[in-house]
Amino acid sequence: MSPYLISLRAIVGREALRFIHQRERFIAALVRPLVWLLVFAAGFRAALGLSIIPPYQTYIAYETYIVPGLCGMIMLFNGMQSSLSLVYDREMGSMKLLLTAPLPRWWLLFCKLAGATAISILQVYAFLAIAALYGIDMPPLGYITVLPALAVAGLMLGALGLLLSSFIKQLENFAGVMNFVIFPMFFLSSALYPLWKMAESSKLLHDICALNPFTHAVELIRFALYVQFNAAALGWTLLAAAVFVAAALWGYNPSRTGMSRRG
Amino acid sequence: MIRTTLAALLLTTTAHAGEIWVTNEKDDTVSVISTETLEVIKTYETGERPRGITFSKDFSLLYICASDSNAVQVMDPNSGEILHDLPSGEDPEQFVLHPDDRHLYIANEDDAITTVVDTETRKVVAQIDVGIEPEGMAVSPDGKIAITTSETTNMAHWIDTETQELFANTLVDSRPRHAEFLRDGSEMWVSSEIGGTLTIFDTATQAEKAKISFEVQGVHPDRVQPVGFEFTDGDTHAFVALGPSNHVAVVNAETYEVEDYILVGRRVWHMDFNEDRSLLFTTNGVSGDVTVIDVAKREAIKSIKVGRFPWGAAFRPTN
Repeated sequence: MSPYLISLRAIVGREALRFIHQRERFIAALVRPLVWLLVFAAGFRAALGLSIIPPYQTYIAYETYIVPGLCGMIMLFNGMQSSLSLVYDREMGSMKLLLTAPLPRWWLLFCKLAGATAISILQVYAFLAIAALYGIDMPPLGYITVLPALAVAGLMLGALGLLLSSFIKQLENFAGVMNFVIFPMFFLSSALYPLWKMAESSKLLHDICALNPFTHAVELIRFALYVQFNAAALGWTLLAAAVFVAAALWGYNPSRTGMSRRG
Repeated sequence: MIRTTLAALLLTTTAHAGEIWVTNEKDDTVSVISTETLEVIKTYETGERPRGITFSKDFSLLYICASDSNAVQVMDPNSGEILHDLPSGEDPEQFVLHPDDRHLYIANEDDAITTVVDTETRKVVAQIDVGIEPEGMAVSPDGKIAITTSETTNMAHWIDTETQELFANTLVDSRPRHAEFLRDGSEMWVSSEIGGTLTIFDTATQAEKAKISFEVQGVHPDRVQPVGFEFTDGDTHAFVALGPSNHVAVVNAETYEVEDYILVGRRVWHMDFNEDRSLLFTTNGVSGDVTVIDVAKREAIKSIKVGRFPWGAAFRPTN
């Protein structure tokens, strides 16, 4: 087997193992969107259902609207969680060990990303299964067509996590990520309200939401869940992923971090 | 394989080709929706404030209640041309065509009368005094009984179609708006908009048999206002429009229990099925569209923009 595949299997396997061993993490990752779906959305039942926007063909309940946004939320938190684990790895020294492997740095980081994305996808499917049991189901084919959309969205958000981890020096700083990245990204997006609703209250808010790559990731997932393709959302998500990956590679550049000198 | 499936699908859909005709109360038009493509394919002008709409038995004529024109208009559905008006009395709102395919029973909202018009001689045959603001109209399948519901008197008036006289009046809840007989004629159902109920009568005795209430999660009870309703194939279930609650209820016609609520557009008024009754088309007055419901799945699948304030709906096959 090529060393590339060995490293991919090892890194993804390690991520999976870590995830399986942390059962609380899996449950916590599911509880968060479920609270939004079952508690938060319940109060907003009648809030939407007034305007039909693509990909929907008819009026929908608010619960149905926020499901793709909550899939995005799972991936967003997972991306950040993986960034947290990267910082942890660095503090513990295992990151240094990993990056000294005789393989290109971008490949090692990509393996990390792939592992984190695979785990988010598993979580999203678990969430979609519970949502379906609750009565919010998608077209059957949608559960398949959403897979590539989840992979792209997961990679983009994972890359963002990677980028952040290259700048966060200590675990303690992670609270800042929560306040300055996760919350603004989630609330300033189409996850909870459609963009036309944002435009009604503020043009500026609408424009910020429209620029937010998380909005495009959510829309990509939303369309894919209804077996539709949203080229613009895919384009924006890929572009954001490319920018984040490039910045993360730069962030992990040994000459910048001084890792090679110390290692 | 795929080609065969597609061909089979095409065959089954063409076997049920048809149109849903919808009156647009504020636009003075009717919109024609294809039951295959689920798109508006034609729009024709009508008299003022069209509401009730129904086809003759062979679907060669379309009758439209043009309320503010004080006329029932007769349209050729193939050309969209208004052929002539029928005398209808003041402010006709709803009507029903007798199974003899000849007599129209029309509710005259402002005059508290039900007018019977012969569509062949184009003459008024009878005018029957009923309660204040008559609206809902129904005829039993054997043609012997006609029903008028009066919105303010809160009654269902039972008319003997031979003598054209009332033979019974039964109280219902506030603001009765629509009436229908089961296909076997054994029961007559009336919806009460303000009362928020459906009352079911035994046709033979005119006695009340059951009453159904509705409760839509997250919607204030005042907004749950039953209006139009239709029975599914075999009369097993009734789909009931619940007005400004923006939902259609699915009622089991045997147990009288509400089994489901389906979200549709705003202020749902009336409805009709396609030919095999697999799809239901509801008119949503305020949102100006028609929601298509998959009857088997009990799911709204699409909402189609029509004119302003769609009100009545009627199906006609096209093959």
